[in-house]
Amino acid sequence: MNPAAESPVRVGVVVFPGSNCDRDAHHAVSTFAGTEPAFLWHKDTDLKGVDAIVLPGGFSYGDYLRSGSIARFSPIMGAVADFAADGGYVLGICNGFQILTEAHLLPGALIRNTGLKFVCRYVDLRVENAGTPFTGDASPGDVLRIVVKHNDGNFRVDKDTLARMRDNGQIVLRYCEPDGSEKPDGASSPNGALDDIAGVCNEDFNVFGMMPHPENSVEDALAGGADGRVFFQSLVDAVRERRGEL
Amino acid sequence: MSKTKHVRVYVTPKQGILDPQGVAIERSLPALGFGGVSGVRVGKFIELELPAGTPPDKAREAVDEMCKKLLANPIIEDFTFAIDDEQ
Repeated sequence: MNPAAESPVRVGVVVFPGSNCDRDAHHAVSTFAGTEPAFLWHKDTDLKGVDAIVLPGGFSYGDYLRSGSIARFSPIMGAVADFAADGGYVLGICNGFQILTEAHLLPGALIRNTGLKFVCRYVDLRVENAGTPFTGDASPGDVLRIVVKHNDGNFRVDKDTLARMRDNGQIVLRYCEPDGSEKPDGASSPNGALDDIAGVCNEDFNVFGMMPHPENSVEDALAGGADGRVFFQSLVDAVRERRGEL
Repeated sequence: MSKTKHVRVYVTPKQGILDPQGVAIERSLPALGFGGVSGVRVGKFIELELPAGTPPDKAREAVDEMCKKLLANPIIEDFTFAIDDEQ
């Protein structure tokens, strides 16, 4: 493969009214060689030929009614749904995860944290499935230290769907202790999420949602550290693999 | 003031779904002297007006769809609604 012949991996970061982690996501992508992040305004329906889409964190529409309940009807979401239906990679971070569940591109729902407090702190995450396009560069059991900042991160889904998700490997990330173990009764999670679930994929593994913010952990020089890099690197590599460049 | 149909929508957490707000309220009540209270659940009340003259079945259909698509999340919430006669 001639590296000079490879075109950049274009990642579109959707911006909704009230999104506030869009620029961090855009910057995070830019720290990877051979990428080209772009902003996609929620009212546009043109995805500008991007190779992957990020729905960033924030408070789209002020979290009115339910987090993500209104953003899911933004004009761009039709194009995002088509993109996902065609197998395109979509990464939803925090509010992005909420929007994806409201849009039924991911199973379940995110409800109020059991502690009823907005939680803003570092958490430890265990990679449960390192075979997804978003975790391909990680190994099962890897513990990553990433920040959460949310009020409604409590993942809920019915028993039957949960069982299916477990069998399929759709539960990609779980909250854990720094040594990778899990305390009982949800004590390792910041929000009481069912089964300590922090990140999930759809059945086809091309859509991924996670409550923590990997875009705040892409540089060793900053307090967030660099544990978040693996998600973006995996995604970039997955796109390149699909193109036959890897 | 033009006539409209007043609609009252009640959105509640599904039975069996954890309701952290309801639990917190339930736990606060004994301290206020109210013992024996159980099953506290917190929902939403949404009001809206429909155009005057909307046929009752069309009104019901419209509100039902609004609830299913936006006002409630069927995965975690139930809804009921009442449509008043035109005022």
